[in-house]
Amino acid sequence: MKLSGEFIKGLWRENPTFRIVLGLCPTLAVSTSVSNGLGMGIAATFVLVGSNIFISMIRNIVPEKVRIPCFIVTIATFVTIVELSMKAYAPVLSRSLGIYVPLIVVNCIVLGRAEAFSSKYPPFASIMDALGMGLGFTWALVLISAIREACGNGTILGFYICKYFDPPLFMILAPGALLTIGLLIGCINYFSLKGKR
Amino acid sequence: MDVAAYITILISTVFINNFILSRFLGLCSFIGVSKNTVPAVSMGVAVTFVTTMASVITWLIYRYILIPYDLEYLRTISFILVIASFVQFTEIVIQKKSPVLYKAFGVYLPLITVNCAVLGVAVLNADMFFIGGKAVQESFVKSVIQGFGAGIGYTLAMFLMAGIRERLEYAEVPRALKDVPITFVIASLMSLAFLGFSGFNI
Repeated sequence: MKLSGEFIKGLWRENPTFRIVLGLCPTLAVSTSVSNGLGMGIAATFVLVGSNIFISMIRNIVPEKVRIPCFIVTIATFVTIVELSMKAYAPVLSRSLGIYVPLIVVNCIVLGRAEAFSSKYPPFASIMDALGMGLGFTWALVLISAIREACGNGTILGFYICKYFDPPLFMILAPGALLTIGLLIGCINYFSLKGKR
Repeated sequence: MDVAAYITILISTVFINNFILSRFLGLCSFIGVSKNTVPAVSMGVAVTFVTTMASVITWLIYRYILIPYDLEYLRTISFILVIASFVQFTEIVIQKKSPVLYKAFGVYLPLITVNCAVLGVAVLNADMFFIGGKAVQESFVKSVIQGFGAGIGYTLAMFLMAGIRERLEYAEVPRALKDVPITFVIASLMSLAFLGFSGFNI
């Protein structure tokens, strides 16, 4: 099995946000600024990698019927680690991400990868898969939050990019998030449809 | 008894802080199940039932187990486990007692376990109604109302979206925007409309 292939597929071909459309709640809710998006992406990647390693190690011991609860407990453990360390070392980020940090537990990407990949393959391949998926999720989040921050606030990572326009506030509120992701997926579909022809 | 406060919580969770359109909780099912009105509404009813019951159960656990023994850091794990087992339990009971009801929303129940709205409401309750490790006044009733309101708000958004998407079947949508992207754009417009409610002063 090609390990690099497992890594790369998460970045584009099976990108969790744009292609499979999973794990939307955090994607949309925290993408108000690039720093938030990046923080969320890193947290989710850590949870993905940690839980994928463990699940792939216990995949032969866990009985079929109770596998979902086992996966959820494993994932929840890693989420708790992230939650507590974020509270201790990055309290500002932790406050602005709010309830969306504990909600990584129910992020469909994490459980989806556990079910679809790491419960079937050995640990090393699972790490690559998780890293790819996590980074794919992170760049999607950073892209969305960059668009929203630039349009809604006129800044990127807190630096002004253009002072001469009045940013429409709605881009950093809820409707802006839905509009951005809708149009982005539309663009991606357009180019992939064009490529096929 | 403070009826005004209860009504405030109810209105604010249904309209102002609508779970789907302004908090983005439960979006996956919102996009996935909102193609037709009937399944959308049955999903909404199932979610309302689960969020309400989950509010009751997680409040009891938080108040009587986690806080007295200083175990607040186990909040995420214990909540998700309890919710998952509750959903499983409900599914088994419904299957045994009422096959008709099971057919109506049996397939949606397992999906609800990983619905962010349910865990979201439990965590929100714990954040809002327990300040400094102490329950605020009437926090139990407030939690249950918030759970119920969250479910109603979810059902409302689902119902509206499903109605629009049924009409959309006959519309000329650009090929690249078909299905998921156009749904997001519509959701964005709906959310813009719901933003108007935030002007409410209650």
